[in-house]
Formats: sequence, C-alpha cells, structure tokens
Amino acid sequence: MERLKNIDDLKRLRDALNIEITRPVLEVCGGSACRAGGSKKVVLAVKNEADIRGIDLEVKVTGCRGLCSKGPNVKVRPHGYFYTRVKPDMVASLLGYTIGANTPFRPLLYRDDILSEPIEKVEDIPLYKKQFRLVLRHNGRIDPKSITDYIKIGGYSALQKALSSMTPDDVLNEIDKANLRGRGGAGFPAGKKWKHTKSAKSDIKLIVANGDEGDPGAFMDRSIMEGNPHSLLEGMLLNAYAIGAQYGFIYVRHEYPLAVENLNAAISEARELGLLGKNILGIDFSFDISIREGAGAFVCGESTALIASIEGARGFPRPRPPRLSEVGGGVWGYPTNLNNIETFANVPIIIEKGADYFLSIGTESSPGTKVFALAGKVKNSCLVEVPMGITLREIVYDIGGGILGNKKFKAIQTGGPSGGCLPEGMLDTPVDFDTLTKAGSMMGSGGMIVLDEDNCMVDVAKYFLSFCQSESCGKCPPCRIGTYQMLQILERITTGKGEHGDIGRLEEIGKKVVEGSLCGLGNSAPNPVLSTIKYFRQEYEEHIYDKYCRSKTCAGLGLYVIDDEACFLCGLCKEACSFDAIKEGKDKFFIDQDYCTKCKACYTACPIEAVKIEKKTSVKVSKSH
Amino acid sequence: MINVQEEMEIVGDILTDEQKRRAVLIHAFHKIQKENNYLPEDKLVALSEELNIPLSDVYSTASFYKQFYFKPRGRNIVCVCVGTACHVRGAQDVVHQLEKDFGIKAGETASDMSVTLETVGCVGCCGLAPVLVVNEEIVGELTKAKTEGIIDSITQIQR
Repeated sequence: MERLKNIDDLKRLRDALNIEITRPVLEVCGGSACRAGGSKKVVLAVKNEADIRGIDLEVKVTGCRGLCSKGPNVKVRPHGYFYTRVKPDMVASLLGYTIGANTPFRPLLYRDDILSEPIEKVEDIPLYKKQFRLVLRHNGRIDPKSITDYIKIGGYSALQKALSSMTPDDVLNEIDKANLRGRGGAGFPAGKKWKHTKSAKSDIKLIVANGDEGDPGAFMDRSIMEGNPHSLLEGMLLNAYAIGAQYGFIYVRHEYPLAVENLNAAISEARELGLLGKNILGIDFSFDISIREGAGAFVCGESTALIASIEGARGFPRPRPPRLSEVGGGVWGYPTNLNNIETFANVPIIIEKGADYFLSIGTESSPGTKVFALAGKVKNSCLVEVPMGITLREIVYDIGGGILGNKKFKAIQTGGPSGGCLPEGMLDTPVDFDTLTKAGSMMGSGGMIVLDEDNCMVDVAKYFLSFCQSESCGKCPPCRIGTYQMLQILERITTGKGEHGDIGRLEEIGKKVVEGSLCGLGNSAPNPVLSTIKYFRQEYEEHIYDKYCRSKTCAGLGLYVIDDEACFLCGLCKEACSFDAIKEGKDKFFIDQDYCTKCKACYTACPIEAVKIEKKTSVKVSKSH
Repeated sequence: MINVQEEMEIVGDILTDEQKRRAVLIHAFHKIQKENNYLPEDKLVALSEELNIPLSDVYSTASFYKQFYFKPRGRNIVCVCVGTACHVRGAQDVVHQLEKDFGIKAGETASDMSVTLETVGCVGCCGLAPVLVVNEEIVGELTKAKTEGIIDSITQIQR
C-alpha cells in the first residue's frame, strides 16, 4: 500500500474503495468464541464449495458479533440472511439455498428455541432489537485485519475531520462537552483527564490504552480489540492530537492471543499507510503505538500497577499523588493519559458526529452507550451494547431471553469481582454509573453474571473473594490479610462450621479492608461479600444456624436422606459412598447419619434425584409426628 | 539473545539505557517461555547478565506474574477456565474430573510429563461456558462426554 501523503489522499482512497461490488459476501464470525466452535473450518469449507460450484463470492472473517453462545455465525450480504451454529458439512446446502436459489436455508436460521419460528434477518432478532450498537456498530461487518475495510465504511473520517478542520483544543473541548465517562469502571470523565494531562509541563507525553481485561466473565474489550482494532487506534490518535502526545501503548492481557495478533496487524497496516508514525497525513503531528503484553496479573488492570508493569517491574500499585497525568506520575515519569479500550473506541464517534449527538443517547449523568458481557444462567450469553439508563430487567429478559431452563432468577452480579450482587427486587434499577453504585454494586468494566436458584450466594461470594485474595499483590496488609481472614470465615460457613457472630465479623473486616487498602482491588474486594450479606442475609444465616444450603451447592451441610417412594433401588448411591454410610435394607436403602460425612457423592450419583438434602430442624419436627 | 533497541521500537528514543533494559524484561520472559515452555534457571542467569539486572530482581519480577513458570511443563497443557460464567455453569466439576483422571492436582504436571493441568481466570469465551483450553485451542460447552473425549485423546498421545 502506498503511504498517504495528505488528507486528500485519504479521501481519495475512501472514494476509490467505495465502488459498488455486486458479488455476494459471506461474513463469517472469527471471534475467539466462534473460532472455538470451528469457524475456521467453516471458512475453508465455504471457499472449497465456492470453487467447486464456481460461485464468485467474497468470504470475510469478521470480529465478534456478540451472539457467542450460538456460534459460529454467518451473515450473507446482500441478502441479509443470518445463520447460527454453522457446521462445515452444512455449508454446501447453505450456499445452494442462499446464493443458488436466493432463499434462506431454514435449518440454520436463528430460533429462540426449537419450537419457535425461525428469524431470517439479524435486525429482527429480539436480542438485537433492544440494543443500540454504537461502539460495536462495525463489529461483524469488517475484516479486522484489513485497514481498507475500515476506511471504506468511513473509518478514520473522524481523524480526517479533526486534522483538517479542528484545533487540538477543539477536539479536547468536544470530548469534554460530550461528558464521556471512563468505561473501565470508575466513570471518571475522560475530558477532565485529558485536560489535566495536557496542562502538565512536559514536552513528551504518553498515552496508554488499558486492555488488561482481567475481570472474569467480561469480554467487551476483547471484542473491540479483536473485531475492530482500528477504532481503538483512531481514538488514541485523536487523543494524541488533542493533548500533544507522541507515543502510545496498548496493554493487552496475555490470555487474548487473537487480540494481540489483530492489533499487531492493524498497527503495521496503519504505519504503512502513514496513519501512524512521523508527520501523519503530511501535517506536523507524529504518533506511534506499540503493544505491551501482560502476564496474568489481575492487579495490573489498576493504572499505577499497569505502569509499573510496562516499565518492567513487579506490578505493584503505588499511592497517588502524583497522578498519572502529572510530571513524575506516568510511565517513566512522563505525563500519561490512561483510558480503557472502550473509552477510546467512543472517541471517533463523538468527533465524527458531534458531542450533541452523543449527549442525546443515554442518561443525563452518563451519556452514551455501554457494552456489557451478559453471561451465566441466561439463555443468550452475549455481548450487548445498550444505551445507559436501560433497566437490568430489560437486559436479562428482553435481550438475554430469560433464565436458562426457565428456572427462577435469583441475582445479577455486576462489575466483576469488585462489584456486587443485586436481587430480583432491584431488577428495575436503571443502569448507569451512579445508580448502580448507590445500589451497592458498580458498573465495573461491564461483566454481568446472571445467577439462578441453583446458585448459592455464599458460594458465589466465596468465589469472588477467593479470586481477589489470590490476585492481591500483597503490598498492603489490609488487602492481603483481610481478604484471607474473610475467606477463612466463608470457608467455615460453607462447610458447616459457621459460628454465631461470623456475619458481623465479615462486615467488620470488610469495611476495614475497603478503607485501609491502597488501590482499587482492595477497595472493592469485599464488595461481593458485603452486598450479598445486605441482600441475602437469610442465606448466610441458614448456613450458619441451620447448617443448610438451599441451593445444595455447599457440601457438608444439611441432612441427607433417601426418598423411599422415589428410589428404585439401583444401588448407585451405595457404590458411590466411600464411608459405608448407605445401608441396604430388605426393600430400601437408608443413610446411617453417624457415618455420613455429607460429601455429596450419593447426591450426585443418584440418577433420579431420590437422595434429598433437607434442613435438619424440619426433619426433627416431622419425625415427632 | 534479545535486541533491546529493536524491542523497544521508536519509544526507545526517549529512554535512558537503564530504563530500556528494564522495560524489555517481561517481553524477554515471554520469549524464553515460548522457546522452552518454562523459564529455565540458566536462561534467567544469562538474561540477568545480559541486561545487567540482578538475578534476584529478575526472579522477583518473573515470580510476580502468574503466566511464568519455573518448572518444566508437560507436552500437553490443559487449562480450565474458572471465570465467573464458567464457575456458575460447573467449571469445578470439570476440574475435579480432570484431576481424577490425570491423577494430578490443578497446577501440577504428570510425572511422565504428558500433561500439565492449569486453571485460568477467564478466557473471555463466556458464551460457551464451561470452557477449557487444550494446547491453545479453546473447547467450549463442555459436557462429561466431551471432557472424557479430551482426556482420551491426551492419554492416547501419551502412549
């Protein structure tokens, strides 16, 4: 590709690309999840089949569309038919129907469930109807490895606009006016951060994009880096132009190899075209980006720890001030502006369409959209982008399609290990930065895990705490020791050794960890425990006083009995028991409570759920009848 | 072994020599681990001499990050995702099943070096939960049978 010498060159290139092409295009999703489902084989099969039949078509491997649970996904243009769960051996029929006969291939169309009518077009799928795709609007339409694809659909036009008709201050003011709040979790206004970095007295300034998406159950940044890496580069370029930065880093976690691959390809193509490097588009503006890979440390998502990691040290956070944006605070002491991947991806949209357009979406205090990763016990595990202010109920039921297996909703966990669990009564809470914090949870980076009646809230709290405990860097004692002590108490409670006063102790230690810790990890680590105590105190009490887990998740609790009426005497439970606690009577099995260790082996072994776990107290009452 | 100037790219222009040598450290670990499957002691000693960073400092940094290993790992690496979405959909059962069949605990390597069993925070494929990664290939929507298939294919390679 030839280097673009000035802004007109970019315009000319875009015009040249925009020639109408009539041949059909097959957009095959190439995101991590669809790859796991075999999308690479689908691409090969399509190419093969097209060769055999002599069909002239273009196969495009795109980024994540968000419907990860039904992958691999294929969309055919210009027809618009959308296929899910495509397998290589079905490609022949798919092409035959769609391209050959111009009719949809019904077996692969999207269905809510096996009985419902198939839906032909992607726009009509309920999952996409309620969404407002702004940041993800090009995901699934472009090949992330092709810069021309991005330019063709209008990519880099925000950069073009900024460089040709806006001063750096104009760009800065536009972002400030749009009130773009940091999408990484805290919601700090990006405009303020940028202004602060700009005002620092240093000739050299740096930019860091934080792609260390460590929250388990979150994959928003992954999908942007994998599916539309150029939108990130464009956002960083605009940021650099606005504040006068020369170098940028993208910090990506090591668990995302595909993101690293696509970002590397994007950077080298942008360099080739002259969109990165010295004198971009012929004007006096130079900026270059390099990638830094993490190595599996959750705490490196914290900004000061991330900077230590870029410098090649242990990822320890440090006290602030100095802030990152001040001299002496950033990477190697240079003033540094650090934003989340999604925040950067929002920047080109604001510059291109104006701050007023952005302000018209979402709520007053939190304008714009937010991408959420909806997962857990929900029918459609997917990536959704919704305007701020939508309620949790709409996300779970209208977009997520309700609870898996039509079970009862119990709680929704937002904000990853730093967030909290909200019960059913809070489902009508509108989602934005402030209301979620008020409810005792937080927006976080955007993970949303739905829990149903089979999930034990104490166990979930224990899970998150054990995650934070093992990821605690160990620098400051409240976090290192406090989370350990809390985990020990939870461990006791879930194994039936809980004591009176444990809940109070958890609350007390939790509050001290929040107050005493240095960085965001410690400040928020007790959140899942504190919020579950707030909303699900009864479950904790049941574990401690009744020695009973209502969702039967925790071993070592409850009273194990065999339901004689249901039991059909297969004997599997007796085989499974390592403690010889199950005795065989003349025509029934029963559990000898003196031997039973409540290990759950018989409970899982029983094919017809005849082994019951009951509350001890209720059994005593019924026996006295 | 490692070209400091080249690895730092253009940003190297604004850094002192010492800053550059330190900044390539994590990158160097990744490189060594890719070649050797783990971080062998002799390689770290060589790296410490080359970059002129004390060996204790090199170890201190490497040991902070979970992805770096100081013991040789197996020929196959099975990594079970224990992220939230996988956890609520039964990742622990998968871990138990693998632990039982391989006869090792999570984080350990079989004595014949055939397989290493690990867990990871999240691989970002929550739509397919529960998920595991076999030698960098992601396998999703695990069922008991599917997991058994993976176990069989690995124990077969072993033979």
